[in-house]
Amino acid sequence: METTNHTPIEYSTEEGSNKILGFWVFLGAEIVLFSALFSVYLVLHSHTAGGPTSKDLFEVKEFMIETFLLLISSFTCGLGTIELRRHNVKGLVAWLVVTLLLGLGFIGMELNEFITYVTVEHATLQTSAFLSGFFVLVGTHGAHVSFGIVWMICVIIQLLRRGVTPVTARKAFIIGLYWHFLDVVWIFIFTAVYLTGLVL
Amino acid sequence: MSSNNHELNKFPWKHVIGLALSLILTLIALWVVVSLSLPTVATLTIIVLLAVCQAFIQLLMFMHINENHGRGYRILAIAFGFYIAVVVVYGSLWIMWFTV
Amino acid sequence: MIENIKSFLGSFFVTGDPMIYGADASIALATIGIVFYLTYFKKWKWLWDEWLTTVDHKKIGIMYIIAAILMLFRGGVDALLMRAQLIIPNNTFLTSQHYNEIFTTHGTIMIFFMAMPFIFGLMNIAIPLQIGARDVAFPFLNAVSFWLFFLAAMLFNISFVIGGSPDAGWTSYAPLAGLKLDPGVGENYYLVALQISGIGTLATGVNFLVTIFKMRAPGMTLFKMPMFTWSTLVTSIIIIFAFPVLTIALALMSIDRLFGAHFFTIEAGGSPMMWANLFWIWGHPEVYIVLIPVLGIFSEVISTFAHKTLFGYKAMVWSMIAISVLSFTTWLHHFFTMGNTAWVNSFFSVSTMIIAIPTGVKIFNWLFTLNKGRIEFTTAMLWALAFIPNFTIGGITGVMLSLAPADYQYHNSYFLIAHFHNVLIAGTVFGVFAGLHYWWPKMFGHVLNERLGKWAFWVFMISYNICFLPMYFIGLMGMTRRMYTFPSGLGWEPLNLVITLGAFGMGVGFLIMVWMIVYSAKYGKRDTTGDPWNGRTLEWATSSPAPEYNFAHIPQVETVDAFAHMKEKGTAGNIYKAPFQAIHMPNDTGIPFILSVFFFIAGFGLVFEWYWMAIPGTIGIIVSMIVRSFKDHEDHHHIPAEEVEQTERAAGRLS
Ligand code: HEM
Ligand SMILES: [Cu+2]
Repeated sequence: METTNHTPIEYSTEEGSNKILGFWVFLGAEIVLFSALFSVYLVLHSHTAGGPTSKDLFEVKEFMIETFLLLISSFTCGLGTIELRRHNVKGLVAWLVVTLLLGLGFIGMELNEFITYVTVEHATLQTSAFLSGFFVLVGTHGAHVSFGIVWMICVIIQLLRRGVTPVTARKAFIIGLYWHFLDVVWIFIFTAVYLTGLVL
Repeated sequence: MSSNNHELNKFPWKHVIGLALSLILTLIALWVVVSLSLPTVATLTIIVLLAVCQAFIQLLMFMHINENHGRGYRILAIAFGFYIAVVVVYGSLWIMWFTV
Repeated sequence: MIENIKSFLGSFFVTGDPMIYGADASIALATIGIVFYLTYFKKWKWLWDEWLTTVDHKKIGIMYIIAAILMLFRGGVDALLMRAQLIIPNNTFLTSQHYNEIFTTHGTIMIFFMAMPFIFGLMNIAIPLQIGARDVAFPFLNAVSFWLFFLAAMLFNISFVIGGSPDAGWTSYAPLAGLKLDPGVGENYYLVALQISGIGTLATGVNFLVTIFKMRAPGMTLFKMPMFTWSTLVTSIIIIFAFPVLTIALALMSIDRLFGAHFFTIEAGGSPMMWANLFWIWGHPEVYIVLIPVLGIFSEVISTFAHKTLFGYKAMVWSMIAISVLSFTTWLHHFFTMGNTAWVNSFFSVSTMIIAIPTGVKIFNWLFTLNKGRIEFTTAMLWALAFIPNFTIGGITGVMLSLAPADYQYHNSYFLIAHFHNVLIAGTVFGVFAGLHYWWPKMFGHVLNERLGKWAFWVFMISYNICFLPMYFIGLMGMTRRMYTFPSGLGWEPLNLVITLGAFGMGVGFLIMVWMIVYSAKYGKRDTTGDPWNGRTLEWATSSPAPEYNFAHIPQVETVDAFAHMKEKGTAGNIYKAPFQAIHMPNDTGIPFILSVFFFIAGFGLVFEWYWMAIPGTIGIIVSMIVRSFKDHEDHHHIPAEEVEQTERAAGRLS
């Protein structure tokens, strides 16, 4: 338990602190959303209908690089929040841009992975229940990351225009929470999809 | 993360440690799967536990879940989310595997 | 060319049935009528300024309730059509296909577009007032929720005349609802419309949770909140954690149907049962979403009209919290018969019985509240009192259904239909009617006519029992649900006749109620005090209808039943004592409406798989969100102190 004798700027207005709490609650809902996808994926994992299995598809090198990109981006995003609390727009924007680039790298790799599966391995959404589950679970995460990138760009523009105000600070803080959260989801994808896919 | 003014000017140790831990835990998980040939159940249990640890690292070290300003409500939301997630995943598997 | 257009129109519009043409004509006439009225009386601007762009929780609540009553009418007509078909054996009034469509739209509309919005309407009206706040935590988001629900409801309803209605039941079970067995657009309507309104519902859950956590008047600790506020808090939690599962279920089935995936198909390893599993993981909590808020309403009504503090406040709260946790562990009782292992069925059987305990606790608390109370039999109180025995029947038959082996007998029979209407009508519908009577003065400044209200109550309540009690017996006699006709000679004729008569009696009750609303708007007793019932909670502390800013001064709370306490101490007047201060309020905005229209466009495109329409619609959604993001730093204004003073004076609150 930590106490602060200072209220950070993003919490300084009632609206700001309400919205941050609202976002946490939304993340609670997102946990459930992904858990439903995980349960579908895991139930269908063995339903390969004669098509490729997880062991046939997953490449350790590829998914490790994806994982590291996201883990590091979560770190850089966290540094951004520190700069936010120092009211340092430049530092904040710089870290957000780094985060964004790492995120783009991740999305690029994931797209590449999907394209390889579809074109080289003939493993598509329609091939089997297992692959439907795989593409939709991993794709939903990827769609979240892409959405996060667009959102982060909007926040960066607003920060550049208006500086660190209670409103922009709140937005920067919230996009940070979102980004870390997507990292958590990825860790579970890494574990339950990729690593488990090598075992089962 | 405290937002105490002089704390703010320090080197962000907490984040660096968080990053290091998450990279290490990731590599351990990979190692357990690729290089150790434990029984399947043991392997899966270990890597799921490692993932849960990682989730806590993100929540505590990066997401400031434990700082003031409405900590109780925030933790409630995430904890309830985890509870439902366990119920949904475990329940679905139990039902749909038709074994026990 | 002409031939092509003709055949397109022939499949685009639903054709071939006089009833459909009648509906087409009445929809066209109603639309022309509304457009004419708005134009002739120059009301377009009024409509836009006062309603379409409002973020005021009270107006949003009113719109929810109007929409819900319309949907109750539509769902009720569906019900009467079904019962008309089943009045005699071998009837040919409806074909089997038509019957399938009607029970599907009936169930779907009643749950998603009647029960939930009615409840959300009452929450919108009452919650900020009960906790002494100026609005909900996120007024903009609140408007988004409403418009998403409203346009989703419209999208769902036009399936009746454009393209064809869904026909796989409100549960939309796979594989029946999959593309193979159910081609056409009907199921797409179901999937897309529920998805859109589900997004709005999730936002409502988040909104009310944060509102109740963070916006309570000073002094109102959690255990001093009114019971309806508690029930809304618990409901919000259930919504937040249940709806994402529905989102996923709907999305996966949409992907199956539109993009050929194999989640719930029979081939390529799909698992139809997984649909049932996901649907009910959401579905069981859903029944608590439509039940718990009305338990709160009954608590308010019973304590107000028994003129006593609620008995066992803490037990009430803890039992609701227990329900919220347990409601996520019983879902399998909806498919005991799908061949589960014995351990699975046993677990869910027991967990279902356990959840009956907190519900029973609440029944006893209401009884003890009534005990030795000075009971005033208003219409609202009659609905609340009727709830207790009628709902208990539904609860007891529910425990019967929870016994897995016995459920093999009852499952999907009319016994089940009787059970869930017994809880949905005696619970949810009686509850929202009680709430409507109770809070009507706060919404509109006049009281609903008690004489007509009581007539409506007795007609509806008695007919309801005539309709649904026989269903238990006919179910045990072997009549299954979703049966579009029945042969003679099974001894089912008399009961089916009685059931249908009861159903039409409920229709009469509904009409009396509509007449009561119209009559009261003209002749209803004005509520000049703001406190027509000698109320106990803060919504009665402000004038009726409540001013835009709710309270001139935020009240100070010391106890439960805060307003009753203030009246005793003589401090109730502090809320409107001069001098006043400027009040910070959110601005009106058109973005929620426009955003939702884009959702409608995108949704309609998806239903027909017209990507030329769905993609621009989606782009519209994203652009609206970006516009909002860039404008939201300027979305507040102040009501000057003088204006507050004028408003309070006009309400007769300043001497
Ligand atoms: C006006 C009074 C009502 C009458 C007379 C009525 C009658 C019926 C009938 C006859 C059925 C179909 C039985 C079958 O053939 O399977 C049915 C189904 C259903 N009703 Fe009602 N109902 C009424 C009100 C409600 C309300 C208020 C709700 C919900 C809040 C509701 C929810 C449902 C649901 C979910 C179904 C199942 C639909 C399906 O099988 O997919 N009903 N009702
Ligand atoms: Cu249930």
